[in-house]
Amino acid sequence: MVPIGHYIFLSVALLAIGIVGIVTRRNVIIILMSIELILNAVNINLVAFSRLVGSVEGQIFAIFIITDAAAEAAVGLGIIIAFFRNRETVLADEMDILKW
Amino acid sequence: MPTEFFLRNIWLIPLFPLAGAATMLLIGRRLSNSGVSWVGVGSVGLSVIFAFGAILQLIARAPAQRVVEIVLFDWVPAGVMHMSSGRVVNFNAQWGMLLDPLSAIMIGVVTGVGFLIHVYSTGYMAHEGGYYRFFGYLNLFMFSMLVLVLGNNLLLLFVGWEGVGLCSYLLVGFYFLRKSASDAGKKAFVVNRIGDAGFVLGLFLLLNAIGTLRFTEIGPAIEAGGFTVGNGVMTAIALLLFVGATGKSAQIPLYVWLPDAMEGPTPVSALIHAATMVTAGVYMVTRMNVVFQLAPIALAAVATIGAVTAIYAASMGLVQHDIKRVLAYSTVSQLGYMFLALGVGAYTAGIFHLMTHAFFKALLFLGSGSVIHALGGEQDMRKMGALWGKIPKTAWTFMIATITISGIPPLAGFVSKDAILAASFNARPVLWGIGFVTAGMTAFYMFRLVFLTFFGESRVPHDAEHHIHESPGSMTWPLIILALLSVIGGWIGWPESLGGSDHFAKFLDPVIARHAEVIAAVPEATQRATELGLMVVSVAVALAGILLAWFFYLRKPAIPGALAKKSGGLYELVYNKYYIDQLYDTMFVNRTKDLGTTLGAFDVGVIDGLGVNGAGWAARAGSSLSMVWDKWIIDGSVNLAARIVWIFSHPVRMIQSGRVSNYALLIVLGVLVFLGYYLRLTGVTLHNVLR
Repeated sequence: MVPIGHYIFLSVALLAIGIVGIVTRRNVIIILMSIELILNAVNINLVAFSRLVGSVEGQIFAIFIITDAAAEAAVGLGIIIAFFRNRETVLADEMDILKW
Repeated sequence: MPTEFFLRNIWLIPLFPLAGAATMLLIGRRLSNSGVSWVGVGSVGLSVIFAFGAILQLIARAPAQRVVEIVLFDWVPAGVMHMSSGRVVNFNAQWGMLLDPLSAIMIGVVTGVGFLIHVYSTGYMAHEGGYYRFFGYLNLFMFSMLVLVLGNNLLLLFVGWEGVGLCSYLLVGFYFLRKSASDAGKKAFVVNRIGDAGFVLGLFLLLNAIGTLRFTEIGPAIEAGGFTVGNGVMTAIALLLFVGATGKSAQIPLYVWLPDAMEGPTPVSALIHAATMVTAGVYMVTRMNVVFQLAPIALAAVATIGAVTAIYAASMGLVQHDIKRVLAYSTVSQLGYMFLALGVGAYTAGIFHLMTHAFFKALLFLGSGSVIHALGGEQDMRKMGALWGKIPKTAWTFMIATITISGIPPLAGFVSKDAILAASFNARPVLWGIGFVTAGMTAFYMFRLVFLTFFGESRVPHDAEHHIHESPGSMTWPLIILALLSVIGGWIGWPESLGGSDHFAKFLDPVIARHAEVIAAVPEATQRATELGLMVVSVAVALAGILLAWFFYLRKPAIPGALAKKSGGLYELVYNKYYIDQLYDTMFVNRTKDLGTTLGAFDVGVIDGLGVNGAGWAARAGSSLSMVWDKWIIDGSVNLAARIVWIFSHPVRMIQSGRVSNYALLIVLGVLVFLGYYLRLTGVTLHNVLR
């Protein structure tokens, strides 16, 4: 059995990649993809601890999160397309009309 | 037809012309000229039918029942009023019509002569602009005049009185583009206002004294009030009412508007300024004879002013060159005769002369209009002459009118004028003397006019000479009818001294009040011989005037000019109307203007300058102070508050970069801070977890 530390390490690595992606990239699609990475880091954590503890609740949560992610991706991409039609850009730092 | 149909419908008589006037003034612009003629003349025609129907039915009654009063509605129900005399009065002026012998004669003259003049106007005004406007005003005048003579109380009479004044103003200024015409209209209006002020005061004083203005009640109320002959209040009332009469009937000192009123179209001069409106004063004094009888001083004033006006106006008529102005002064002079008659208590003679004068003076004016028409608008007699054969109908009828006014028997003017002279000879021989001289002057200036216009050499300019033409039938027929009336109109008052029975005076007699004291004071009836003697001398003086005119203007035309030069300024004085207009200008008009200028200066300087502009300046100064306060203190504090918030919000505002990645970074940092804090609290370390 793979020790729990490996799972956590993978999870933290995915979280770190996701955060770095969100903070550094300008393209909203890349940011969405980075959010997916963070969600999957959470999923790995949940499933790993579920196995360790021996209960299925964590895995049920993971399935919920996957569903949620799919919905979030659909809505997020829809917003991006609608926004692109208006401003002809997908760069996050040009989405600044609500500033101040 | 029910019995006494016309007597029960006398209230309709003024309404026909009112309907005509309303039609003209509302939609007249859209009517054709013939439509205007039909409505304008037709409405007066209906009045004629109703008026003469009513007169005939009135005559058919017994003399004692010859009073018909139709009250339409309560007009001014003023309710209970407390008079300064202490009496309590329930005053109520009605819109009611009173037909008695006096108003019967008046509506007969007004509608009859008015109708003929309307017919004449369709010819005279045919080529003038504003045809519908002219007939609208003329109909409105007929309405006002009929209200004046038919009204059953003094207040309603005053409505008509003012109405005819308004129409006079509108019609004198009919050619309002000509400054002299609009000035003349204003003059007529303003001078009449002066008289009306007296009239209104008299009216108030009468109401205050006896508490009623209804004609049928005034006599009994005076009787009940115990007013005796010479009563001060009655004298004041009579004098004030007479002031109103001098304005409307052009007597000294308010006669000045009438000669200028000749600026109006000639039919207007005939209708308003000769036959009807100017006689309103005579009618009013006769109507109020019950008051005048109690005021010998007022009667003396009426008689004296009448006689003086008669000779004074006649003297100005001697030298005028404008054909209409001669007739205007003649009208003033004849009105003076009427007031002389009233002043000596011969009311029937005054009204009789009013009627015959309406016939022959309307005829004279219409005839002069026909002459003016024939000459293409020329009014100066120096540019006329020798028109006798060229416009025969006009010339013949004009001649008849001239003979009538000169007082040659048996024409109408002779009968009525001699009635006046006979009455005044009895009461006031001096005034009879004045009237006697005036009769000679009248004959002189009228025949001067006729000789200059119709006889002698033609002085018509060459280009006008070719266009001389007789007027159309619509103009000559009224002339012929009026000429007929001028001849026979006097016969209903044929004096008893000449074998007549004076139906006119007997008809009118019930209207005249008979106070017991007054009857006693009247001198015995004139001896028949005296009366005949007076007639002979007055005819003689008239013939002398005619002869003199013939000698001066046909036999030796050079004499008048030479005489004028020799007269040493007298001619100039009379020709310039005794400089009365200039005197009035200097004394009253210019003083009023000065007052207006002073008041205007006060308005501009003090009211506008100090008051309005000062207030404006103060408000502006105050507001600029207030503006400083607003701008620096109120706005400043608002801005200061905003600026403080702005300054303190600066660090926080910097976080709102608008960049998603910045926000994400902040979220992450926030999570890490809270996580680290939590881990520290629980004592969990990374090392523990990984182990």
